[in-house]
Amino acid sequence: MDSLPKVKVGIVACSGEELPEGTVSRLAALRVLHELRPHETVTLCLPLFLAGGESERAFARVHPTITVDGCDLRCAARATEMYSATPAASIVVNDLVAEGGLGKPEGRRRLNEAGRQAVDATAAHVAALVDELLNRTPGAATSGEQGSGK
Amino acid sequence: MSDIRRKVAIVPCSGIGKPYGTVSREAGYDLCEDLRPDTTELVALSRLVMGDETARQTVAKFPAIAIDGCKLMCAAKMVRQSGGTVAQEVAVLDVYRHHKDLKPEGIAELNDAGLQLARVLAEEVTEKIDELAPPDTRRGEGGSHG
Repeated sequence: MDSLPKVKVGIVACSGEELPEGTVSRLAALRVLHELRPHETVTLCLPLFLAGGESERAFARVHPTITVDGCDLRCAARATEMYSATPAASIVVNDLVAEGGLGKPEGRRRLNEAGRQAVDATAAHVAALVDELLNRTPGAATSGEQGSGK
Repeated sequence: MSDIRRKVAIVPCSGIGKPYGTVSREAGYDLCEDLRPDTTELVALSRLVMGDETARQTVAKFPAIAIDGCKLMCAAKMVRQSGGTVAQEVAVLDVYRHHKDLKPEGIAELNDAGLQLARVLAEEVTEKIDELAPPDTRRGEGGSHG
């Protein structure tokens, strides 16, 4: 049992359909869940989270969350804070793209190369935040602590 | 002032936990980019629920078709809570029940069957779209994306 993480990190992606950056947020969250940190993370379904999914809200109240937003509207971060608890870390894809000097993601349905690079960068950043959060919060729920992402 | 270019708001749930949410998203793109680009408008559910004024105005102004990936019907609920009218609720699972050969798999990337299921769903919805935003209102627009 000691080898199992006592806390999982919830990842909430905005998944915004209107913008390529929303697709980036979604694919990055799935990359972390399925490939990079499959045993340490869960994804929280934002629509369900917003529509009154009590299990999602309860999870986010007692587990740290990382929100991944495509744009400055920050729907995922604001929703998490409004309906549950302050995210432990919040990322905005646009900011990561600018900071990393990446090209502009295009193609909300099928990302271009720049979009795929943005997915790589965002997923790597989220994975690093997951490690940071789990190391800092072994077995305990902490909320209100701002992470290093944006 | 009346709006001559009547449109239909397309609101997929875009749930991230199961392939059915991805099908809803793909069907939304099928409709808004391929099948009825001139008479539909894609609305991101997250924006709608967070009270984004543009998104709320869109569903207040146009009838909505909600495409949901699970029985919780988040998209339909959210349209109504935002003051919009749901002209049609579509459950991906119901469409799948009629097309059992098209089992969707993959969330980040749908398999071919999932893509086909999304297209079938979208094509079934076009009838309602044409009823709500009759084809004759699209004539003369030059066929460009609206």
